Amino acid sequence: MSMLIPFGPQHPVLPEPLQLRLEINDEQVVSAMPVVGYVHRGLEKLAEQKDFQQDTYLIERVCGICSFIHSLTYCMGIEELMNIEVPPRAKYLRVVWSELHRMHSHLLALGLLADAFGFENLFMQLWKTRERVMDAMECTTGARVMLGSCCIGGVRKDINPEQKKFVLEQLAAVEKEFNSLSRVLLDDYSVKERLVGVGVIDRKTAYATGAVGPTARGSGVEMDHRMTGYCAYGDLGFQPVTEQDGDSYSRTKVRVRELFQSIGLVRAALDAMPDSELKTPFKGNPNGEVAVRAEQPRGEVLYYLKANGTDKLERLRVRTPTFANVAPLLSMLVGCSLADVAVIILSVDPCVSCTER
Amino acid sequence: MTIQEELTLDNLLEKLASMPLRGYRFVTMTTVDCGDSFDIYYHFDRKYKLVNLRLKIARDAKVPSISGICSAALIVENEIQDLFGITFTGLAIDYQRHFLLGDTAPEKPFCRVPGVSVSAVEVKKSAGGAQ
Amino acid sequence: MKLFTIMKDIARNTVCGPVTRNYPAVKRVPFPGERGKLVMDPEKCIFCGICARKCPSHALTVTRKPEQEWKFERFRCILCGSCVEACPKKCLRLVPRLEPEDNSAR
Repeated sequence: MSMLIPFGPQHPVLPEPLQLRLEINDEQVVSAMPVVGYVHRGLEKLAEQKDFQQDTYLIERVCGICSFIHSLTYCMGIEELMNIEVPPRAKYLRVVWSELHRMHSHLLALGLLADAFGFENLFMQLWKTRERVMDAMECTTGARVMLGSCCIGGVRKDINPEQKKFVLEQLAAVEKEFNSLSRVLLDDYSVKERLVGVGVIDRKTAYATGAVGPTARGSGVEMDHRMTGYCAYGDLGFQPVTEQDGDSYSRTKVRVRELFQSIGLVRAALDAMPDSELKTPFKGNPNGEVAVRAEQPRGEVLYYLKANGTDKLERLRVRTPTFANVAPLLSMLVGCSLADVAVIILSVDPCVSCTER
Repeated sequence: MTIQEELTLDNLLEKLASMPLRGYRFVTMTTVDCGDSFDIYYHFDRKYKLVNLRLKIARDAKVPSISGICSAALIVENEIQDLFGITFTGLAIDYQRHFLLGDTAPEKPFCRVPGVSVSAVEVKKSAGGAQ
Repeated sequence: MKLFTIMKDIARNTVCGPVTRNYPAVKRVPFPGERGKLVMDPEKCIFCGICARKCPSHALTVTRKPEQEWKFERFRCILCGSCVEACPKKCLRLVPRLEPEDNSAR
């Protein structure tokens, strides 16, 4: 006999409101149905009412975690429409802030995952380390999350030698602290018991259901949009991190390895940063339509922009990574036990306000 | 952005069903309100190359759902149904226009109403600010 | 099988003292350039209204007639700083929240 259990919208492990209606047979999940809409704000419509330059700040507020990469993707779209060439230094600065965002997002996600399987201490330690990344962002831009440093044609802020020194100090500390914490995440018996073999999704299903980001890479799909070399990623040279097992453990492993990779990328970008202007001045309004993509901590984000030559956009559409990861999540949940549902949801790292915009 | 192919309501399912078989990953769908018609874009990806297929439909047309072909399309189609009021037939799970929107929400909030533009923020001239 | 892998971190934490501050007594020093709040220098302002047009959240209203007036709704401000960049007279600036003058204002 099966019964229906509403999981959420208010649940101790969920940082944001999301409901899953779980059909349960004994302790086993038979099917899951998402119920969303608790934080729908109609941002896409609001963006049509504002000036396309003001939209940069609005778009940043789509998500409270990967805010910089949202505004970056939007700016890349407008730059493509208006044929603006971004100065080289701005490209490197964009990489620095993108990777700092990836680091803090992964630390947040890993912390929440630790909280979901009941390892409160690890959660606190990871968030303590995350605070260093937040400090690095605050030092360089003046804000912790809503950096507001990306603008159409380049960036608004520069990193001076003192700030660079501070960022490098923080990176060294993060690397040291995370080195010992990653051992707890990856080797500890109790952690492995909760993660290994839980929420398995194979490579084929992951690709067919449209999984992106660590969810796809944890199943062996080699897909990282940074490989297309937008901003300065093409010069820095890196390989996407993939794991083959497709369970919660390999998704965690992807995030852990990506975090170390991000530390390397920030260092490389800070070192290789050339001197140049920060912003290319431009005139006029965009015209035409464009679809642009970038890699967020949670996966690929797609922006569709349609402009008509006025200062207001005709249509702006955001497809956030969590939106793409809902379908894989539902297929992961089938057959798992009720106690593992929380861990599986957090292993995908859902960002609900992103999804609903 | 280039549009690789124009679709029609008749050949839509046939064309889109062949995409996953050829190794394409479903990315998303985008709807644009063009006044008297809707444009629906189907975005597919393969090896970092985006393929866009466009379907032009009349305002009252019914579109066959592709949720049977790619399960990921299910939530996008429900979202479009909420925000633009386009009806999709054959949805795997139909939320009856209450996927993103609640019972008291306005109908088809993303559609353009000719001659009406919504002011995002009502600026009150009399409101006294700080300082 | 590895057990108690976090013990090393716990042991380190017991000796290195608290990470948090004893707040009212010890205040966090903001980084230079922190975007804390917007201040305006009325001496220099020419009431051109560029800041109000650039503001993405409509926090600013500038009127010239009948009276010259510059209004700022602080709760609407998102501290992006686009008004500061646009100001032709450089009379706007963002200051850290803990600047001493903050105590006198309200």
